Amino acid sequence: MKHGKYRFIAGFLVLPLAIYAIFVISPFLQAIYYSFTDWTGLSPDLQVVGFDNYARLFKDEVFWAAVGNSVTLLLLLPVVTLSLGLFFAFMLNVGGRRRKKAVIGGVRGSGAYKILYFFPQVLSVPIVALLFQFAYNPESGALNAFFQAIGLDSVQPDWLGDPQLALWCVMAAMVWANVGFYVVLFSAGMSSIPKDFYEAALLDGANRFNTFFRITLPLLWDTVQTGWIYMGILALDVSAFAFVQIMSVGPGGPDYSTEVLPLYVYQKTFRDGQAGYATAIGVSLLIVTLIFSGIVMRLGRRERLEF
Amino acid sequence: MSAQTDPADLPGVTKEQGPPGGAASRVPGPRAGRGGTDGAAGRNGGGEGRVLNVFSHGVLVIWGLLVTMPLLWAVVSSFKDDTEIFGSPWSLPSVLHFDNWARAWDKANMGQYFLNSLIVVGGSLIGTMLLGSMAAYVLARFDFPGNRFLYFLFVGGMGFPVILALVPLFFVMKNMALLDSYHGLILVYIAYSLPFTVFFLSGFFRTLPTSVAEAALIDGASHTRTFFQVMLPMAKPGLISVGIFNFLGQWNQYLLPTVLNVGDPDKKMLTQGLVALAVSQGYKGDWSGLFAGLTIAMLPVLAAYIIFQRQVVAGLTAGALK
Repeated sequence: MKHGKYRFIAGFLVLPLAIYAIFVISPFLQAIYYSFTDWTGLSPDLQVVGFDNYARLFKDEVFWAAVGNSVTLLLLLPVVTLSLGLFFAFMLNVGGRRRKKAVIGGVRGSGAYKILYFFPQVLSVPIVALLFQFAYNPESGALNAFFQAIGLDSVQPDWLGDPQLALWCVMAAMVWANVGFYVVLFSAGMSSIPKDFYEAALLDGANRFNTFFRITLPLLWDTVQTGWIYMGILALDVSAFAFVQIMSVGPGGPDYSTEVLPLYVYQKTFRDGQAGYATAIGVSLLIVTLIFSGIVMRLGRRERLEF
Repeated sequence: MSAQTDPADLPGVTKEQGPPGGAASRVPGPRAGRGGTDGAAGRNGGGEGRVLNVFSHGVLVIWGLLVTMPLLWAVVSSFKDDTEIFGSPWSLPSVLHFDNWARAWDKANMGQYFLNSLIVVGGSLIGTMLLGSMAAYVLARFDFPGNRFLYFLFVGGMGFPVILALVPLFFVMKNMALLDSYHGLILVYIAYSLPFTVFFLSGFFRTLPTSVAEAALIDGASHTRTFFQVMLPMAKPGLISVGIFNFLGQWNQYLLPTVLNVGDPDKKMLTQGLVALAVSQGYKGDWSGLFAGLTIAMLPVLAAYIIFQRQVVAGLTAGALK
């Protein structure tokens, strides 16, 4: 029996583990090793160069531009997206007309709003990024055409072509793509908060604004924290890469104003043939990610409220 | 509270304006007391509630428009010709140009890309679900040395930047002659979907009762048979959730094929094909074809979402709500 059990365990684990080890674990470990070499990626020759790649990072202005932009996204994207998500979810759940039986209630048609808001979540990043790229097109895009239509002929920004605006344009698309998910997520959380809590607070003279900060937010904190980490990773990694690579001029431009760390890793490897240096950039991205997760976890460590 | 009658309907509560204490003193008993509470909250919240209601509908409608306008705009533009797209971005098409769609599907290869995505995602989804549930089941239900280590090895993959692994992964794939192939992409999709799948399903298997599996084992079923015939059917809700999550994630995958599937233009995934189309149509100036391509990529997913709305939302939010 015991023998059979271990054979079963091994049999079930061997294939998933092998695939995972070959395609995920080993590349990660190799990446850390390569970051200490001068590997080009074009030929198998390489030499271990110690911390040279990391020393080079300090003098690389593009790298620091990428760090700046990635950190900007990391700080702002989760806050903006989650705030909008919380705001709309609160409006959906508490903004309704008072009904006979309950002190607070959802707005009419909240189900329809949620279905609609979730649309961007099921679309791929290229679809969203291309849509926004057209909308931002300075000559024929929907935005500038709209400004013209309402008589603001002089306001015709260059959007993605303007170094001052480009990163914000990309970020707006990312916010647009993600808010709906959090509206639905927070809405589910809010509807499980007992109505008595609101009733008691309103009876004690609190207004709805207060109930949000005193009741809703504390009780949702766990979900908010999870969302924060999701959004942070999204702002640093795959999603940021895809949005910037598709939308921006260059990509990464104009003037490195939208250069982000994952894109720079990609460019250094596949455009410039500096795979060793690229992995050093990747490792610094890993470090930023770990610091971020650590901070959010620590911030979130508070008493868990049961209800 | 839902079974409570309105305070005005209660005998003895003649005037709603009365203080809650007064109403309660006239009609003693918990029911009336609660009724009075309701009235008081109503007075406080009535006016404020109405203003709030108008305000909340206002902002909700605005965001609703912000979400739908770009999508509608793409669909409408896919029926226009190029002059209309440039000249009047906001107007409706004068003639419905269905030829844009035909052009995008045939000439721009969207049909081929669609098929490629179907093949790869079909294979990788089956593989992910099978291998993911096997690993999750063993890690969730069996004690053996190294169990925790393996679990965290899998789950840890969720938090690491994928781009870092991609540089060496490209060369791993190259050495194994897996670049630019369906099976290579399928394997990589499976590998990068395992962390979440194992995390979610092992949590799910842990919540299932042990007694049924024990009964099956006592009846002489092997561990393997117990898994496939007893445990998997019991885990169906969890499998559906994570299956939808993986389907959407893999269907919308952009980074992995962009790095690992660049050699053969006919083997592009739909997401890649769309971006390639945007670049090439940009040179050709065939914007209407591009909008048609976008719409072709967008509508099936949206349609599937609307049909399976409940399951999709449950599947995508499941990981964050745990």
